[in-house]
Amino acid sequence: MEITLDKLPMNEIGRVINLNVNNNLKRRLLDLGLTRGTEIKKLYKSPLNDPCAYLIRGSVIALRGEDAKNISVFYDCQSKLGGD
Amino acid sequence: MGLTIKSTGNRLLKDELNYDDNCHVIALIGNPNVGKSTIFNTLTGLNQHTGNWPGKTVESASGSYFYNGNKYTLIDLPGTYSLFASSKEEEVSRDFICFEKHDLTIVVLDATIIERNLNLATQIIETKDNVIVCVNLMDEAKKRNISVNLKKLQNILKVPVIGTSATNKKSLDKLVKLIEKTCNDKTSKKMEFKYDEKIEDVIKKMTKTLDKYVITNTNRFFAIKILEDNKEFNNKIYDYLKLDETTRKKVEEVNLNCNTYLKINKINDYQDKMICSIIKRNSEIANEVCNASTLKISKTDKILTSKVFGIPIMILFLGIILWLTISGSNYPSFLLSKLLFSINDQIAKFLTLIHTPSLIYDIIINGVLKTLTWVISVMLPPMAIFFPLFTLLEDSGFLPRIAFNLDKLFNKAKCHGKQALSMCMGFGCNACGVVGARIIDSPRERLIGILTNAFVPCNGRFPGLIAIITMFFAAGSSFKSTIILTTVIVLSIITTLLISKLLSCTILKGLPSSFVLEMPQYRKPQIKKVIIRSIFDRTLFVLGRAISVAAPAGLVIWLMSNIMIDGSSILSYCTEALNPIASLFGLDGTILIAFILGFPANEIVIPIMIMGYMKTSNLTDYNSLVELKTLLIDNGWTYVTAICTLIFMMFHFPCSTTILTIKKETNSKLWTFVAFILPTLVGLLICFIINTIFSLI
Repeated sequence: MEITLDKLPMNEIGRVINLNVNNNLKRRLLDLGLTRGTEIKKLYKSPLNDPCAYLIRGSVIALRGEDAKNISVFYDCQSKLGGD
Repeated sequence: MGLTIKSTGNRLLKDELNYDDNCHVIALIGNPNVGKSTIFNTLTGLNQHTGNWPGKTVESASGSYFYNGNKYTLIDLPGTYSLFASSKEEEVSRDFICFEKHDLTIVVLDATIIERNLNLATQIIETKDNVIVCVNLMDEAKKRNISVNLKKLQNILKVPVIGTSATNKKSLDKLVKLIEKTCNDKTSKKMEFKYDEKIEDVIKKMTKTLDKYVITNTNRFFAIKILEDNKEFNNKIYDYLKLDETTRKKVEEVNLNCNTYLKINKINDYQDKMICSIIKRNSEIANEVCNASTLKISKTDKILTSKVFGIPIMILFLGIILWLTISGSNYPSFLLSKLLFSINDQIAKFLTLIHTPSLIYDIIINGVLKTLTWVISVMLPPMAIFFPLFTLLEDSGFLPRIAFNLDKLFNKAKCHGKQALSMCMGFGCNACGVVGARIIDSPRERLIGILTNAFVPCNGRFPGLIAIITMFFAAGSSFKSTIILTTVIVLSIITTLLISKLLSCTILKGLPSSFVLEMPQYRKPQIKKVIIRSIFDRTLFVLGRAISVAAPAGLVIWLMSNIMIDGSSILSYCTEALNPIASLFGLDGTILIAFILGFPANEIVIPIMIMGYMKTSNLTDYNSLVELKTLLIDNGWTYVTAICTLIFMMFHFPCSTTILTIKKETNSKLWTFVAFILPTLVGLLICFIINTIFSLI
């Protein structure tokens, strides 16, 4: 199903569908290799819950929730037992 | 190697990028934090600021070395992810690569994330004729069981590929040889990249158009860029190609046609398409040359960023550093003062021996030398201890974690998360923090970062804070001092956040921009090298400033307290004139004068203050800070004076170097004035409130 990146559960992997973000951020994310279909995994949260660190093509990148909200990903929750 | 003597202080004000014509100019470019500056330092023997966090190089630096009788000049460019620049320091790199003359471009890659690093590499290969691909951090890759097949990579890219570990000198010797070879042999045939059919159509058309007017090797690359339709950059290209007005119009016409052609063919996002095809082909290359590695997320990060431990651990780290600084500097301080005072005695004897006139004797011994002794013995040890410790943290990769943990707070203050990084640099040197604010892309948030940087105490203010705390609030106990100083630092961070919020809500209104921060893998710093290097650097730095600033200031304060007009010294006229104002804020005239004379360097404030008080007392020797306390109390200090001086030490106008740096960075007198007045007003306001409350009790 399609969800926004900030809703992706911890330690789960999503595949990028769309980046509905401003041009500057889009450029940055594309530079980091976040193209359509790229796997993105949520790794850990900051102590104050925001931002979160994600694994993108081998590097760890921190993104704020308000930016993650604008990134839609495909998340296959059925494939994982106990997924919500 | 963290902050170095080159990256702090006055040197920040110089623009240096000079090279002569009879050398080979080599550009070093790569993603942020791949070790460009370390390679640069090793090859040129210079000390460019390095550290394990993305974005510390914000300005190009140049340096040279000689090999087999030829001169090679290296240009260390700020890290960039691609040639599609999106921030100020990335523009610097892009413009250098595109428009500045150089004989060779070295693209530095991180062996542990080859795939992403290839984006820049392939874009550069596409642009430039003479390219070396340098796969750095091979030792790290090996440690993490990542193997990179350099031969295969060379066959695919068709440019020389070399593996290095920047900390391993031998691998760099090979690089030097390869540079020589590549500089002399320019006929490399490189890989050609093809894009989607429709895009390839317009690129060809634009290249042909350019070919009509001007012949360069890089027309295809310029064609690709012109099609991106970025007005500002296109004008730079036209200027570079020296196209006249009519030609520009013709090129723009073709550009419009091409872009319409793309739209008709439903390609609305030319640039995105380009990047996507670059990424796709790089992912294929990476799969061929590199074994698929799973990134091990270190447990350290889970703990350092966990809800329960994250922030307490950061504060604990801060506490440990401060404790080492405070307790470590006691003994050296004592030794230094013994040594220096005995040297002073010898000089005094010598001066008497040669029958120096008593006036000159007094100026030298009681004015200049005594101030120097205070600065060196009380101020130098804490500075020389704090600095290497801070550098070790920086080199290990801890700073981005601090930014990560604190980002929510900066977000709430409506400013950029990377401000945490420039704030941290401020603890080393405020001028350096101000320059470091360039990593913040949005001008509004960058300005907030610049204006608030002086709200955290720099290295030069630490010794003063430590001295006051140790004397008045900790009764000489290092442990108590540490706790109090840590609290003071945390308060300074909170103030930074509050003032940032205030600025965001008033004169610098706006919404926070997006925040993308790469968290690098931890690296083991070269501990021994860092400690030796940075203690040495710091000592030289403080000694240099002591001679250039503290000695003249000592002279001034001596003259002020010894030139008599109507039976009173100039100093007492000044202090008496300032006293009524100063007492409103819990301070006194001498303290204010010390701060004013300390404008060029904060570390001389306390010594000047002592010199000012000394004219009435006869304290000549220094044994411990406790003795100093007696001097201060004799001159009317109370706990309120101590608290207020502490506060004012934290929040007052930044030193002259920082002010000049702010002027240079903002290019505005108004903002420089704001940067001067804002912390001063905040400091005075807090002092006023504290003083008023205490006088009511």
